[in-house]
Amino acid sequence: MKDYQVSTKELLTKSQSLIALALMVIAMSILSDKFLSLDNGWNILRQISVNLCLSIGMTLVILSGGIDLSVGAVLGLSGSVAAGLLKHGIALPMFDVLLQFTVSGALLSGVCVGLLLGLFNGFAVTSLRIPPFVATLGMLSIGRGLTMLWTGGFPITGLGSSFGYLGTGTWLGVPMPVWVTSILVVIFVIVTQRTRFGRYLYAVGGNERAALLTGLRVSRIKLWVYALGGGLAGIAGLLVTARLDSAQPNAGLGYELDSIAAVVIGGTSLAGGRGTVLGTVLGCLIIGVLNNGLFLLDVSPFWQQIVKGFVILAAVAVDKAK
Amino acid sequence: MFSSAKPSGEVVLEAKNVSKFFPGVKALDQVSITLRSGRLTALLGENGAGKSTLMNIIAGVLPMDEGELQLAGARVHFSNPREAREAGVSMIFQEFNLFADLSVAENIFLGREPIDRWGFVDFATMNRHTSALLSELDLAVEPTTTVDHLRVGQQQIVEIAKAISSNARVLIMDEPTSAITEHEIGVLFGLVKKLKAQGVAIAYITHKLEELIHIGDDAVVMRDGKMIQAAPLQDLSRDEIVEMMVGRSVKGRRRPNRVSVGSEVLRAEGVSLRHPERHGDFLLKDINFHVCRGEVLGLFGLMGAGRTELLETMFGLHAARASGMVFVRGEHAKIHSPLEAIRHGLALAPEDRKREGLVLGMSVCENTSLACLSRFERAGFLNESAEREMVAASVARFRVKTPSIQQTIRNLSGGNQQKVILAKWLETNPEVLLLDEPTRGIDANAKDEIYALIHELSQSGLAVIVVSSEIPEILALADRVMVMCEGRKTAEFNRETVNEQVMMAAALPLSRGPK
Repeated sequence: MKDYQVSTKELLTKSQSLIALALMVIAMSILSDKFLSLDNGWNILRQISVNLCLSIGMTLVILSGGIDLSVGAVLGLSGSVAAGLLKHGIALPMFDVLLQFTVSGALLSGVCVGLLLGLFNGFAVTSLRIPPFVATLGMLSIGRGLTMLWTGGFPITGLGSSFGYLGTGTWLGVPMPVWVTSILVVIFVIVTQRTRFGRYLYAVGGNERAALLTGLRVSRIKLWVYALGGGLAGIAGLLVTARLDSAQPNAGLGYELDSIAAVVIGGTSLAGGRGTVLGTVLGCLIIGVLNNGLFLLDVSPFWQQIVKGFVILAAVAVDKAK
Repeated sequence: MFSSAKPSGEVVLEAKNVSKFFPGVKALDQVSITLRSGRLTALLGENGAGKSTLMNIIAGVLPMDEGELQLAGARVHFSNPREAREAGVSMIFQEFNLFADLSVAENIFLGREPIDRWGFVDFATMNRHTSALLSELDLAVEPTTTVDHLRVGQQQIVEIAKAISSNARVLIMDEPTSAITEHEIGVLFGLVKKLKAQGVAIAYITHKLEELIHIGDDAVVMRDGKMIQAAPLQDLSRDEIVEMMVGRSVKGRRRPNRVSVGSEVLRAEGVSLRHPERHGDFLLKDINFHVCRGEVLGLFGLMGAGRTELLETMFGLHAARASGMVFVRGEHAKIHSPLEAIRHGLALAPEDRKREGLVLGMSVCENTSLACLSRFERAGFLNESAEREMVAASVARFRVKTPSIQQTIRNLSGGNQQKVILAKWLETNPEVLLLDEPTRGIDANAKDEIYALIHELSQSGLAVIVVSSEIPEILALADRVMVMCEGRKTAEFNRETVNEQVMMAAALPLSRGPK
C-alpha cells in the first residue's frame, strides 16, 4: 500500500509538466475553436523548433551546473555566416581566391561556427576559470559584435529555395524544422540517458567535487557540453535563417532567456544535476501552446509576456513545493 | 548584563521526551534533559549518538517531531534560532557562523543592530557595547576588526560574545575545543567558569572527557539517539562513561596482531605541500612513509595537522603546490590528478562524504558504478543490466542496507553511504585505499561494520591508510601508526609501542606539549 502511494506521488511530480501542458491544451481548445486543428498543431511545433533546438543545448549546460547566455548571439552569427558564405562566398586575398560554398558547405560552416564559439565558452569556463554566467555573457557580446562585422548591419537575403527548404519545406507532411529538432531530441535523450557521457554530465552537475575525486575528467566534460550547446545554437541559427530566407543581424536577440525559461519550466534544476531533455521538450511545448493560444485569443503580445513570466514562476514554485 | 541569572542549581531548561526522525533513521528517541543554572552539563556520546541533534532542537535550529521544551517552567516553542536566542537560549556551533568580512561588532549585533534616530546603524553605540562585552571576555581586539583577522580561538570567543550579548540563560557549546590551541582552551575554561558563576546554564558537547575535570558538573550520556544515563559527574568513573558511550566493553577492540604483511605498495619520500597563500609557508613538510600490501597504516593527528592534505596530495589534488617523490610498487609515479592516482591503483574516500564523496541526487547504483562506468560501455551505450548486476553484487558484499539500488543515496544513513563509497572504489581494483575519517558521523553499530570491512579488505591484500582523530579507532584498526603535527611527521609506532599517551604526546605541538 505504501509503495503504491509513493509511486503515485512520484508519478505526479514527474509528470507535472505533462499535466500542465494537458490542462493548457484543454483550456485553449475550449476557449478558441481555431486551436485544436492539425494545421495549428504543426504550426506550434514549427514555432517551437528553434527554441527547442537551443533548449536541448541549454539543458546539457544547465545539467552540468552551468548556464549559457550566448546562445542567441551564437545563433545570430551562425545564421549570418552560413547565409553570407552561400550568397557571397569568402575572399582570401593572400591566395587571391574567392571560395564559393554549396548549400551543404554553408550549413556545415554555420554549425562549425556555433561549435567553435561553444568551445571557446568551454575554454573560458574550464581553463580560465571564469564563472559560466560571466564567460557566456562575454560571448554574447562578442557574438553580436562579430555578426555586425560580418553583415555590416544589413540583412543577407535571397538565399535560394534549396536553403529555404530547410525552413519552410516539408517531408512526408512534416515540416523540416520539426524533423531536425525531433531527430536532435531523440539523439540527446539517448546521449543523456544511455551513455557514459550522459551519466558523467549528471554527476558533474550534481557534485563536481565528488566527480573530480572519482576520477572523471570534469574539464573535458564541461568543454564538450559548451561545445554542444554552441553547435546546437548553430543549427538553430540555420533553421531561423532558412525560415526567413534571410539572415537578420539581430536574429536570436533575447532567445537565451526563452531557452532558459523552457528548461526551467521543464523541471530542470538551475543548480545542475537534475532534469531531462524530455522535460525541456515539454517546457518548450508549454511556452509554444501558451504563445499560440493567446495569439488565437487575440490577447495582446504584451500580455503574453506577462503570462509567460507567471508560468515560469509557477513552474519553479511547484517544483520547490514538492 | 546577566540580569536573569538565577541561584545555582535551579532548573532553567527542560526538554521532555523529545524524538526526531530523519529519513530512515530515528535520530532521537524519547530523550529528556535538564539544564540547571550555574552548572555545566556535559553531553557525551559517540558521533551520531544524537547529541548535536538534541542541542539543535533546543536552540531552535531543527524542529522536533515529538516532545516539549520548558524554559523556566513555562512551555516554549522555538521555530528558529532567533526566537531561541531572544528567549535566552544560544548555541555556539562547531562550525562558526561568523561573517569573515564583517567586523567583530557587526557580527555580534547582526540582525539586531542599534539604530540611531535617522534610522541608520548606530556604529558608535554598537562598538561601545562590543568593547564592554569583549573586555568582560578578556579578548583584546578592537570591535572594528574584521573577523578574518582573528585566530580561530578568538573567533570562538566572538561567538560566545554573540551568544551572551542577548542575556543568555542557556548556552550550548558544540565541541568548542576541537579547533583551538591549549592556551585558548585555558582562556575558554576561565570564561566558562565566569559564566557559570553568573548563573548561566551550559550544555557542553565534547569527546574529551579530560576537559570535564576542570569545568563539568553533570553528565548526560547518549547512544544511538537514546538517553543512557544522566548523573552528576562525580558519581561516574571514566570507564563507566566510556562503556556507556560505546555500549560494550572497550577492551577487545584492538585488532588482533597481524602475522605478516606483504611487499611495499606505496612509498612517499620528502613530500611537501606549499601553503596556497602564505609564501614560504608549508602545509606539509618532508613527509616520508610507506605502506605494504595487507597492512593498515593509521594516520593520527589533531585538527590542522595536515592529515587530509597528505591524503589529497597523494591523490594528485594539489599537484601544482606539491613536491617530493611517490613510488608505487617501487616505481616512481608522477600523479597530477585523481584520474592518474586511480590509474596507479589509489582510491580516496574523503572525510566529507556528502560534499566530496557522493553525488547525493544520484541513486545507489549510479554512485557505485561511477568510477568504473567504462566497463559497461558497449558500442557507445551503457549496458544497464550488466551495471545493475555488478552493483547488486557489490552492495551485497559490502552489506549496504538500502531498499533498492535505485534508492537516492541521500536517503541512506551515513554508515551505508560510506559502504557505497567503499564499494565504488573496490570496483576500480585499487591497491591502496586512502580513508579519511571513515566513520565520522556514523553510529556505533555501523562503525563496527566499517571496521570489519576494512579488516576484510586489508586481509585480501589491500594496503589501507586510515586517517582518524579518534585514538580508539586508530588502535582498533592500525598495524602501524604514524602521527602528524603541524604538517610534519612527528612519530611512528608499531603495535607493540603504541598507546594513547604516546600518540597524543606526538600529536601535540612541542611548545605546549602535555602537562
